[in-house]
Amino acid sequence: MPASQPAERINDFVIKLANVNGTGSASANSLLMKSIFRMGVPVVGKNFFPSNIQGLPTWYEIRVSRDGHIARSGRVDIMVAMNAETYRQDLSDVSPGGVLIYDSTWPRSHELVREDVTILGIPLAKMCNEHFDGIRARILMKNVTYVGALAALLELDLEVIKALLTETFANKPELAAANMEAISLGYEYAREHFECPLSMRVETMDLTRDHIMIDGNSAAALGCLYAGVTVGAWYPITPSTSLMDAFRSLCIRYRSDAETGENRYCVVQAEDELAAIGMVLGAGWMGARAFTPTSGPGISLMSEFIGFGYFAEIPAVIFDVQRVGPSTGMPTRTQQCDILSAAYCSHGDTRHPILFPADPSECFEMAVAAFDLAERLQTPIFVLSDLDIGMNDWMCPLLQWDDDYRWDRGKVLSKADLEEAEHFWRYYDHDGDGIPYRSLPGVHPKGAYFTRGSGHNAEGRYTEDADEYREVVDRLNRKFETAAGLVPAPVVVNSARGDVAVLSVGSCDGAVREALLLLGEKGVKLNYMRIKAFPFSDQVQAFLDRHERVFVVEQNRDGQLRKLLINETRTDPAKLVPVLHYDGLPIGSDCILEAIREGLEKGAAA
Amino acid sequence: MSYRPKPRIAHPGLKKNALGLTRRDYEGGMSTLCAGCGHDSITAAIIQACFELAVEPHRVAKVSGIGCSSKTPAYFLSASHGFNSVHGRMPAVATGANAANRDLSYIGVSGDGDSLSIGLGQFCHAMRRNLDMLYLIENNGVYGLTKGQFSASADVGSKAKKGEVNEQPPIDPVLTALAMGGTFVARSFSGDKEQLVPLIKAGLRHKGFALIDVLSPCVTFNDHEDSTKSYAYTRQHYSPALETDFVRPAEEIMADYDAGAAMSIELHDGSRIVLRKAAPDYDPQNRGNAFAYIKDKLRDSEFLTGLLYVEETSRDMHALSNTAVRPLVDIGWDELCPGSSALPGILKRYR
Ligand SMILES: Cc1ncc(C[n+]2csc(CCOP(=O)(O)OP(=O)(O)O)c2C)c(N)n1
Ligand code: SF4
Ligand SMILES: [Mg+2]
Repeated sequence: MPASQPAERINDFVIKLANVNGTGSASANSLLMKSIFRMGVPVVGKNFFPSNIQGLPTWYEIRVSRDGHIARSGRVDIMVAMNAETYRQDLSDVSPGGVLIYDSTWPRSHELVREDVTILGIPLAKMCNEHFDGIRARILMKNVTYVGALAALLELDLEVIKALLTETFANKPELAAANMEAISLGYEYAREHFECPLSMRVETMDLTRDHIMIDGNSAAALGCLYAGVTVGAWYPITPSTSLMDAFRSLCIRYRSDAETGENRYCVVQAEDELAAIGMVLGAGWMGARAFTPTSGPGISLMSEFIGFGYFAEIPAVIFDVQRVGPSTGMPTRTQQCDILSAAYCSHGDTRHPILFPADPSECFEMAVAAFDLAERLQTPIFVLSDLDIGMNDWMCPLLQWDDDYRWDRGKVLSKADLEEAEHFWRYYDHDGDGIPYRSLPGVHPKGAYFTRGSGHNAEGRYTEDADEYREVVDRLNRKFETAAGLVPAPVVVNSARGDVAVLSVGSCDGAVREALLLLGEKGVKLNYMRIKAFPFSDQVQAFLDRHERVFVVEQNRDGQLRKLLINETRTDPAKLVPVLHYDGLPIGSDCILEAIREGLEKGAAA
Repeated sequence: MSYRPKPRIAHPGLKKNALGLTRRDYEGGMSTLCAGCGHDSITAAIIQACFELAVEPHRVAKVSGIGCSSKTPAYFLSASHGFNSVHGRMPAVATGANAANRDLSYIGVSGDGDSLSIGLGQFCHAMRRNLDMLYLIENNGVYGLTKGQFSASADVGSKAKKGEVNEQPPIDPVLTALAMGGTFVARSFSGDKEQLVPLIKAGLRHKGFALIDVLSPCVTFNDHEDSTKSYAYTRQHYSPALETDFVRPAEEIMADYDAGAAMSIELHDGSRIVLRKAAPDYDPQNRGNAFAYIKDKLRDSEFLTGLLYVEETSRDMHALSNTAVRPLVDIGWDELCPGSSALPGILKRYR
C-alpha cells in the first residue's frame, strides 16, 4: 500500500510517546503538552506507566483536539518510539497515514517498517552525546531533543517553549539554557532533514484562556485545604499517594504560621490503612475535618472501621482513587471497580454515600462537598475518583472559590445548647430526617456518651434489646433517604425525546460525550445521564423510568454501577444494557461507539 | 444485661477534691464484668486517681478496643466522652483524636489480646509516635470475652482451664515498650491499689505515651492454680522494683526517703514522681539497663513492678510534627481557608 499523504489535520490528532521509565521522559512530554496548551489549543495527556521505578516501558498519549474532546480516540497519528523493546508494538499501533519518529543512532531492521506509516529517523543519542556532558544529562536531553524536532514538525511556537522552560527552571537558568539548546538541536535537525511542517500540525487558537491543566489528586487536595481540613492520615498507595503529597505541600504554604512555624494541620503517615481510617474517625469524633486517600486494597483493609463509622455515626471522608483489581491487580492502570465495595463497604447492613467526580474540577468541588455531607450526615463519605482522573493532567476551567461559602458543620450541639438541654440523647431522631444531634468531646459534661460499635439505643446507651436495635438501624435507613436529597444531582443531557439513553459515571464522561456526538452526526440522538452520587436521587429513577433501554457505560468487568442501579432503584434489569471496558486503559470513545451501534442494531433486530 | 446508671446520691459528708467534686463524680455505669474480675479493681484505681488529681471529667477522653477490659471505660468517668472502637485499633483512634484535640487527657484501656495480638502493630506505632496518652493493658493472659483462649502474654507452661498447656513464649508488653521507645513504662497488679493509683496519676501527667501493664486476673478463665496470671501466683512472683509516689506541682514532698534509694523526677506540668528503689542497681532512666534487668528477672519468673522506665524530656507526636499549640478543633474557618485571593497564586503552576 503506498503511503497516502493524509489530509491536513490541524489541531486534531494524537501523539503517543513510547519511553523507558526512569529516563526523565515525563518532564519532556509534559513540556510538549503544555506548549500546545499555551498555544490556546485544547489538549489532554494520559500516562500509561508501569508499576516500576526504572527500566520498563511507559507511554504518554497526548490528544490535541480543537473540539475539546478529552477521551482517548483509539487513534495514534504520531508515534515517538524511544523504546527499542516496544518498537514493534509501537509501530503497529500507528494509525494508517501516521508518522513514527525514532532514534536513528542505532539503525532499525528493515522489517520494522510499514508502508502506510511515514518513518522519520533522528540520531537523538548521537547528537546529544556530542552536545552534552555526563550520562544523565545525555539521557535527559534526548527527550527534550525530540520535543524540539516535534516543534518543527508540528510548527510549535518556540517562544512558548522558551517561556515554559524559563518558568520551570526559574531558579536554575543554566538548566533552562541547556534545555533550550536541546530543543534547537532537534528543531534544526528536523527542519534540515524533513519537510516541515507535517500535514498534522498545531495552529494557535484561543480556547485555553482561563483554563488550567491539572490532575485530579492535586485538585482534590486543594479542595481539602479549602474545606478547612485539619487532619489527614494515610498509608502510601498508587494512585492516591500524590493526593496527600499535594495536600501536605499546600499546607506547608498556607497552614504554617509565618512567625512561629507552627502547623495548623496534622498529617499522619499511618502504619497501615486500618490505622489510617481509625485516625480519621478519631479526629472526626473530636470535631475536626479529617480524610484519608487510598485505593482498592486500602478500602478492603479499612472496611471494619468504615462500618463502625456508619453505625456510630462519625464523619469521615475517604478518597478512593481506583486502580485495577482484584488483589494487587495492575496498580498503575485505571478502572471503576470499587463501586460496589464502596457502596456496601463493611459487614452487616451498611450503605455509604458516594460522590463520583468526572474530572479534576469536580475533584475540587466534590472534596468540599464531601466534608459538608460527612458532617451533615455524620457518616463516612466516599469520593470515588480513579487513576485516570487522579494522576493525568486534564484541561479544566480555572477553579473558582466563593468567599461567601462557609463549612456546614451539621447538627453539633454547642456548649450553650448542652448547658440548657435537659438531657442529651445521642441517637435520637429529633427532626425526623434520620440525623441525630451530636456533641463533641471536651465541650460539656452533659454531652458525654460512649461512642460504640456495639448495639446502642436512641439515648446512646448499650443495648441488646430487639426493638431498640431496630429503632436505630431503621433510622439509619431514613438518614440514607435524606442523603439522597442532599448529594449532587445527576447531569442530564436531553438530545431527543427518544426512548433509548446512555447512563454513565465518572471518568467515562468525556468518552461518552464524544461517542454521543459522533452518533448524533449519524442521526442517532440519545439522551444521557451522568450519575454524580449515590444514593440515587428521584431524578435517577425518573430517567430510568422514561427510557425503554439504557446503555450503562462503566469501566469494570462486572457492571457494578448497573448492579447498584438494579439493587437501589425500581428498574427492570433487562432494560439496562451493559457497556463495559476494563483493560486498565482509560475508556475511549471508539469502544463506546461500537458497543452502542451494535446494541442498537441488535435491539432493532429483536 | 441492660445498662442502668447507678443512682447518684450526694452525701454531704463525702470528701471533695480541688474542683469540689466527690469520688462519685468520677464513677461510671455499673460494671457488667464477672464478680472478682481484676479489671474492676483497675477501674476503681482510675476513678481514685482522677478524683485525687482533680481532673475535669469532661476534659478526659476514654478510648478502648474490644474485650472485657475494653468495656471498662463505661464504668468510670461517665462525664467523659468515650470511644469503644474495634478490636486492636484503639491506638489509631487515639492518634486521630489527639491530633485533632491535644488539650484533652487521653485514657486508653486495652487487653492483652487487644494490644499484643490483633493490635500489636498499632500499639507499637503509638509508642513510636510518642502519642500523649495513658495506655493501660489489663493483662490476664487470656481472651476473656471469647471465653478463655490463650493470649500472646500467656506464659510458657501456663495451663488453660481445660488443661491445654501453652508452649509459645509470651510477648511481654513492658519489654516491647522499652524496645519501641516507650517513654513511660510501668507494670503493676490490679490488686495493688497503693502502687497503681500513683502510677496512673503519674502516667496521666506524663507528656508522651505512658504504658502501664496491669496484671489483672481473669477469675473465670485464668485464676486456677496453674495459671501464672492468677491471684495466687501474682502475689508470690510480682515484686516492686520501685515504689512510686506521685507529688502534685505545689505539694511538698512529705515522706521521708532514704537519700540513696530515692529519686525525684519532675514531670512536664511541674509535678514529681518520687521513686524508691527496692533494688539498688536498677536505673529507671537507663533504657538498656532497665531492659536487661527486667528480662533477667523474667527469666527467673519474677515480675518487676512499679515505674520501670521514664524519660520526661522526649518529644510527643505534636512536638515531632510541630502542630499548633492550640487544638486544631479550635482553629476557625478564617485561619483554615485561604480564600479566593490565594487561588490564582496556587493555580499559576497549572497554566
Ligand atoms: C476483628 C475481631 N476479631 C475477633 C473478635 C472477637 N474478640 C472479642 S474480644 C477478643 C479477645 C479479647 O481479649 P483481651 O483483649 O485480652 O481482653 P479481655 O477480654 O481478656 O479483657 C476477641 C478475640 C472481635 N471482636 N473482632
Ligand atoms: S471473663 Fe475474665 S476478664 Fe472477662 S469479665 Fe470475667 S473475669 Fe473478667
Ligand atoms: Mg485478656
